[in-house]
Amino acid sequence: MKEKDFRDNETLELFKRSGGNVLMTSIDAVIDWGRSNSVWPLTFATSCCGIEMMATGASRHDFARFGIEVYRASPRQADVIVVAGTIVNKMAPVLKRLYDQMSEPRYVIAMGACAVSGGPFYYNSYHVVRGVDQIIPVDVYIPGCPPRPEALLYGIMQLQRKIKLETITRPEESMIMGRK
Amino acid sequence: MDNDSLKARILEIVPEAQQEENKQYLTILVPAAKLHDLALKMKSTTDLAFDYLICLSGVDYGKQLAVVYHINSILQKHTVVIKVKTDDRINPSFDTVSDIWRTAEFHEREAYDMFGIRFNNHPDLRRIFLEEDWKGYPLRKDYVDEVNIVEF
Repeated sequence: MKEKDFRDNETLELFKRSGGNVLMTSIDAVIDWGRSNSVWPLTFATSCCGIEMMATGASRHDFARFGIEVYRASPRQADVIVVAGTIVNKMAPVLKRLYDQMSEPRYVIAMGACAVSGGPFYYNSYHVVRGVDQIIPVDVYIPGCPPRPEALLYGIMQLQRKIKLETITRPEESMIMGRK
Repeated sequence: MDNDSLKARILEIVPEAQQEENKQYLTILVPAAKLHDLALKMKSTTDLAFDYLICLSGVDYGKQLAVVYHINSILQKHTVVIKVKTDDRINPSFDTVSDIWRTAEFHEREAYDMFGIRFNNHPDLRRIFLEEDWKGYPLRKDYVDEVNIVEF
């Protein structure tokens, strides 16, 4: 951009005149817009919900339409972990480590009955974690066994709404569970 | 080979064997002491030629513990189910078949892990899924775990 055009920018002039307050809210809006429309999920699935998550990512349902885009194979590059499937006691420390390795801001979606509450393994089982919220803070719960791709899409949109409510001036009011 | 002649051939090797009725496959209950000998002959005899152990499962019948072998012949295209049972719940043990079908090595470790069934002469009998320091055998009917299990 040439310096002449830069100085003619009407928005910058508006910012200059309004003394800073408008700028703060605008940063919120820009950050939330950017974060909520570019949520990168972690490649993580432990059972049949994972198949449904793959279907959601594939061309028929295609959650790239909603800005939840590329599966990242590393937790350091991922924004959201979709816990798709049963978490057994042996897997629990691995899940916790993956969550800890993700950089903030990080979000968690519990997909399916197993991740929400232990699901069909709630009774008479010796090895299943009764809901991932016992290990990591969960933002969105999606019921179903497994949920249909439409349900996952709805859950993702709910997460995006939560992200859009965030403000950098009052982090304590954040609705994202991992921020508290 | 059809089921009748299969049964006759197995009865030749183990006369004490009994057939269980109304099963999908030909199911034969043999005494535990004769198991390894029978398995070896089933593998090496040319007309039987059972070269493929499909699955090896532990079973808890309440009073008895059992191991079920699903064995198939790719050459002869026939399948048979062999069962062995024991009343000893404290120290149940059978002879290993891992020297005959190598795949049994992991299957027997699983049966040991979940049911506590020991296999004599197994090369590496230790837990396969659960932690090394796990107490008890969780797929047994009398397994109690007051911390983790929520009774229905």
